[in-house]
Amino acid sequence: MTTRAPAVEARHLIKTYPGDVTALNGMDVTVEPGTVFGLLGPNGAGKSTTVKILTTLARPDSGTATVAGHDVLRHPDRVRRAIGVVAQNSGADPVATGRENLRLQGRLYGLKGGALDRRVDELLERFTLADAARRPVKGYSGGMRRRLDVALGLVHRPEVLFLDEPTTGLDPEARTAMWDEIGRLAGDEGLTILLTTHYLEEADRLAERIAIVDRGRVVVTGTPDSLKGELRGDAVHLELRAPLGEAGRSLLSGALTALPGVHEVLMDGRRISARADDGAAAMPALLAALERAGVGVAAATVARPSLDDVYLRYAGRRYAEAEAEAAALAADTLTLAGGAR
Amino acid sequence: MSNAAVQTWYMTQRQLMVFARQPAYAIITLIQPVIWLFLFGGLFRKVVELGGFGTTSYLDYLVPGVVVMSALSSNMWAGMGTLEEIQRGTLNRFLTTPASRAALMNGNVVHNGLVTAFQSVIIVLLGLLGGADYPGGVVGIAVLVLASVLLGTVFGALSNALGMLVRERESIIGINTFLLLPLTFLSSAFMAPSQMPGWMRHVAAFNPLNWAMVAGRSALSEHPDWGVVSGRGGALLALAVAAVWLSIRTFRSYQRSV
Repeated sequence: MTTRAPAVEARHLIKTYPGDVTALNGMDVTVEPGTVFGLLGPNGAGKSTTVKILTTLARPDSGTATVAGHDVLRHPDRVRRAIGVVAQNSGADPVATGRENLRLQGRLYGLKGGALDRRVDELLERFTLADAARRPVKGYSGGMRRRLDVALGLVHRPEVLFLDEPTTGLDPEARTAMWDEIGRLAGDEGLTILLTTHYLEEADRLAERIAIVDRGRVVVTGTPDSLKGELRGDAVHLELRAPLGEAGRSLLSGALTALPGVHEVLMDGRRISARADDGAAAMPALLAALERAGVGVAAATVARPSLDDVYLRYAGRRYAEAEAEAAALAADTLTLAGGAR
Repeated sequence: MSNAAVQTWYMTQRQLMVFARQPAYAIITLIQPVIWLFLFGGLFRKVVELGGFGTTSYLDYLVPGVVVMSALSSNMWAGMGTLEEIQRGTLNRFLTTPASRAALMNGNVVHNGLVTAFQSVIIVLLGLLGGADYPGGVVGIAVLVLASVLLGTVFGALSNALGMLVRERESIIGINTFLLLPLTFLSSAFMAPSQMPGWMRHVAAFNPLNWAMVAGRSALSEHPDWGVVSGRGGALLALAVAAVWLSIRTFRSYQRSV
């Protein structure tokens, strides 16, 4: 067990944007030094806002946060020296070459002369950009750009690296390559990584600890294994021919929960989700119970737990629902703000 | 040099490089001035006969007008570049580095100033090629270039502030299209003040575009009126300082809105 202070510690962050949009509603995050931590949640859950506050871009309405031991509000300059940031849009200069982008970034941290040259060469080599180093970035592929973005974040050897949705928009091949790269970074001595993602698979593969974020706060934290452990068994999804009434719903919920090996029955509209120790074995009993209740079934599936299931379990609603709500909120904000992007 | 000054230079360099690598863009910005100088100037060359122009060649009169007008029309698009940097994520990337906040903003101002100076000198040389005469000599040309840089700074800074505030291209396009021609025609760019309708002459007296033209023209004449030059120049300087101050304020409010 380490006794060092946390690399990132955020306490009860609250942030509201104009138009009464609550982005963060009591966000707590603690990241131990030298570990990879994943913030997992749908778009609009507050992951990016958290990163913006921790990287000194935005100020919280209330709450405190320290990064690498420095208070983000009182000593933003010290925080900036200690962190590397790879945002969703890192905006490498398209007209400049990869090398020029890296050189400028290094200079902003005070690197110069031979030390700057060596560091830039090292990063170009490491991220397999050496051949493209003299070409303007506008000709780079999506994967190359993303690798350059990560290299930009590492130029000054930060203590804490923030990766905001590092593989969003990448094709599967580039995504796998980026995962390998992040995996290697995690092995770097002492580097702490905080990454945000809305892919369960990504968090599972890269992070030692995961926090699931919903509506501006963390709903559960744990290692991927412990979270999946709590979700042992299969996910059973049933789609009904017609939506259930309020009375039918509570009646049915009781009947289904009483079945052996069936837990956590959730209903909304025409859909029923449940967990089953053995999905295939539980299915006949479930269908029989529904038939007894006179409810017609349109479709039935059994699957291993998905992000939707993890999310449903801890946030109490479906992932797609949360994403749709976030999109609607964003549209509202857009109208209120008079069309700002 | 202090840290902030060095970083301002890095930021300036970075933008100059973009300018230098897109020579087509630099050439396109010179097409308009050429049209004004040689087509418009040729077409209306007899208007000097009306009197009040202080010269017998319309081209002599036109050069300072076109220099200042070009400074306006190139700088008023500065906000588009800033908007692009915001949307691309470049500005936020710089903001998470320890780079001086002032350097991020000033790099823009210095770059725009250098580009405007370069463009102004080219137009002056084009005029010379076309047979224009500058009795005020190098000093006169320097005053004209400085005045156009100050005017460019005013509108460049305002355009940047607008870009950060509204964050949409359409607003910048709308406002620029709305402003460019009235500001130009309500000045002494093409017509001697004594030949303008009275109301237009009065409006022009309050037009910063006109201040730059009056200062430049006076400095370029055989007997410059240094009182006029320093009066109009001082007003432009004050306006430029105010506009840059405003854009820095907007920058801070942008940082709060991220």
